Amino acid sequence: MSQQRIPAWITVGVIPLANVALAAFAAGLVFWYLDINPFDALGTMAYGAFGSSYGWGYTLYYMTSYIFTGLAVAVAFQCGMFNIGGEGQAYIGALGVGLVCLALGGHVPFIILLPISIVAAAVFGALWALIPAWLQATRGSHIVITTIMFNFIAAALMNYILINFLKPDGTMSVESAVFHESAWIPKMHDVLAVFGISLDRSPLNLSIFWSLFVAWAVWVFLWRTRWGYEIRTVGSNATGAQYGGIGIPRVVILTMLVAGGLAGFMALNVVQGEAHQIKLNLVNQMGFTGIAVALMGRNHPIGIVLASLLFGFLTQGGSELQFEYSIDARIVVVLQGLVILFSGALQNMMKHPIERLYLTLANRSGSDQAAAEA
Amino acid sequence: MTAQTDSAADLALELRGIDKSFGAVRANKHIDLKVEKGTIHGIVGENGAGKSTLMSIIYGFYQADKGDIFVDGQKLQIKDSKTAISAGIGMVHQHFMLIQNFTAIENVVLGAESGNLIDDSLKKARAEMEHLAKEYGLEVPLDTPVEELAVGYQQRIEILKALYRGAKILILDEPTGVLTPQETEHLFKVLQSLKEQGTTVILITHKLREIMAATDNVSVMRQGEMVAHVRTQDTSREQLAELMVGRKVLLRVEKGASTVGDVKLSMDHVSLTDHMGVKRLKDVSLNVRAGEIVGIAGVSGNGQSELLEALAGIRAINEGEIDLNGHKVTADHRLSPSEVRKVGVGHIPEDRHRMGLINAFPAYEAFVLGYHRSPEYNGKIQMKQKSMIDDCAEKMERWDVRPQDPYLKTANFSGGNQQKLVIAREVEQNPDVLLIGQPTRGVDIGAIESIHKRILDMRAAGKAILLVSVELDEIRSLADRILVMFDGIIVGEVPADKADERTLGLMMANIVPEEVKALQAEETA
Repeated sequence: MSQQRIPAWITVGVIPLANVALAAFAAGLVFWYLDINPFDALGTMAYGAFGSSYGWGYTLYYMTSYIFTGLAVAVAFQCGMFNIGGEGQAYIGALGVGLVCLALGGHVPFIILLPISIVAAAVFGALWALIPAWLQATRGSHIVITTIMFNFIAAALMNYILINFLKPDGTMSVESAVFHESAWIPKMHDVLAVFGISLDRSPLNLSIFWSLFVAWAVWVFLWRTRWGYEIRTVGSNATGAQYGGIGIPRVVILTMLVAGGLAGFMALNVVQGEAHQIKLNLVNQMGFTGIAVALMGRNHPIGIVLASLLFGFLTQGGSELQFEYSIDARIVVVLQGLVILFSGALQNMMKHPIERLYLTLANRSGSDQAAAEA
Repeated sequence: MTAQTDSAADLALELRGIDKSFGAVRANKHIDLKVEKGTIHGIVGENGAGKSTLMSIIYGFYQADKGDIFVDGQKLQIKDSKTAISAGIGMVHQHFMLIQNFTAIENVVLGAESGNLIDDSLKKARAEMEHLAKEYGLEVPLDTPVEELAVGYQQRIEILKALYRGAKILILDEPTGVLTPQETEHLFKVLQSLKEQGTTVILITHKLREIMAATDNVSVMRQGEMVAHVRTQDTSREQLAELMVGRKVLLRVEKGASTVGDVKLSMDHVSLTDHMGVKRLKDVSLNVRAGEIVGIAGVSGNGQSELLEALAGIRAINEGEIDLNGHKVTADHRLSPSEVRKVGVGHIPEDRHRMGLINAFPAYEAFVLGYHRSPEYNGKIQMKQKSMIDDCAEKMERWDVRPQDPYLKTANFSGGNQQKLVIAREVEQNPDVLLIGQPTRGVDIGAIESIHKRILDMRAAGKAILLVSVELDEIRSLADRILVMFDGIIVGEVPADKADERTLGLMMANIVPEEVKALQAEETA
């Protein structure tokens, strides 16, 4: 009478793929409505995102950012919290990275500067998560509300700091001075050129390796350390955690510090790796997209890397599409929305039929087997 | 299928070949059942044997995949509970379905109103209920909101609801779980007089003693199948237990002698007020010595949970003093749950799903809950995966947890095996004091036997054990001394050999019988 189990390849493979296929179908209907051949559109997107080292560069550059912001949501989610504050945490993380690069760029070698800017990204991002975390842990203020509010506060604060302190005199646009070149994280095309591999110029930089390493480290942290054990315990059964002697407020604060730090890392890619200056609005919704990435990636680092690649493809392929067919830039948002709708909100629509189908097939072959054995 | 045999005419309810599957799970396999008119028919089986599914099919909550239902010899398609009610089937659920701030009479009328004005219905219902009360001993205060009534009364309202709707077949699902022995006895009297007036009663329970006391016939279910139909007078508890489990079961474990040592756990005038401002413990004093089991009896919700949680460090006390294996706890000086573990106190919580285990975790992870910071499971940064898994596998073998798979998700073990996991975890840390709450709740009868044996083994090993349970049989067969709780106070103490059902039942309702008073006077003198 025991309940049969659904194998992992169904849960993390077949079901997400079916959801993406449905989203693609719905997107096809949108293109059809816009008088664009859906297959041509898909082809344009695929070519734009993967057809050249230029496309690949952009896709992977976006992927890098999404991995960081996606992990920031996933870690909090494992503790039962919904961190909507990736946007603000990444923005403040950018301040940390920017300050380090502005202060030390040209004065210390890159190899010394990089660890400092990595720490600064994490510390600034974590500090921005600390107040909502503390309010949640001690006062029960809901983390969703406080982190949303902190996104607005971060935006206002950054406006103020950029205009009053960081904007060089005599410039019009609201951005900091460009960092000294020695502070820049090397671009992938420059690095590979040394080895004789030539790539098109793209924003892709060495942060991508850091993002993959961090994804692995998050997996170790959550599933192989006692701190991760406590985080997951609080997330799946708070009463049980209390029984087990786990201090819930302490775990909530720790989790949010980690989440904020992860979001802060996103600035390494965007600020130190690409823009080389602190710009207004540099996070550009990537913090929010991190929520969709985490949702799609089932709050698991492997899933998040794959979902980040998908969203990187949507972002890059979508902008090609916009260029090619001169349609509204928000088509990218529509495509992302469809993916979120089908793989997040409607995930159970495909889940139950697929699981039922699997069980029926498995039972049929199971009883065949039993009959053969008998 | 119109031709009925002669005997069928006397059947109130007949099921033929009922099949029901949920996904891959076959909850009911080809069930046949004949319930004679004007009898009390018991249905027993372990958790998950398919009793509830079968009743839900009869009451129209589920549709059978296959099979026929006959009511009074007529084949009936029961597609919803409305059909069931109009066919004269009434159901009293384990968890009452009453509107708390309605009165008894309003609850009875709800959903069975006639006419446009509620007053007419209420008037009609009042007359009818007064009649039913007299005839069957179903007196309830008609005009008091339900939330102010004791559970025994609430259950009577559920029965009245069914009778008011013209039930000729009354199904009761685990009706005695929340009742004191006296209330249970009254319920059985009510059922008896219902039967005498021609109502058919189907009683679902896992308590074999009640089956023997109250029923005429009994059907036994095991793993979705009907394994036996017998006349109650021709069977015995032992035989029923064997049928339920499929092997011989010891219903009562032999309690050996044990040497009683020093006091290991004591509470001195302890009071506790919860976050709602309700006083849950009132001036509670008790002590437990090494090598003895002290049982706490009482109807669920009278402060037993708070007592356990206060001792385990989960709740703070407001007044008084606790001594845990030589460590003092007061309102100002708390010990956290992990500190309580460190001073040698193990805690097997009342509710393993809510507290004792993490259902989403694999067994080996749930198995270290509370001890996850101990050096044996931890390296510098990473936890020692291998030692956690090996340790869990080893203890699963020693405690006969099945399936013996440390990777299996905790939720996928049966109740008895989950409980063994919790007990193994706490006992293997070798504590001096054990706090045990409801050790066999939702546990199969076969596993109960082995859990009881383990608890007695710990007593023989010189542990001081505090046992909270709502099952009187369990307390009586395990405990050396029994304390009875009512509304946060300790009503009194009885030695196990003097604790008969009646005495405990009275004390559970806050009445101390003379014999007990005399005993207590003797002790203080």
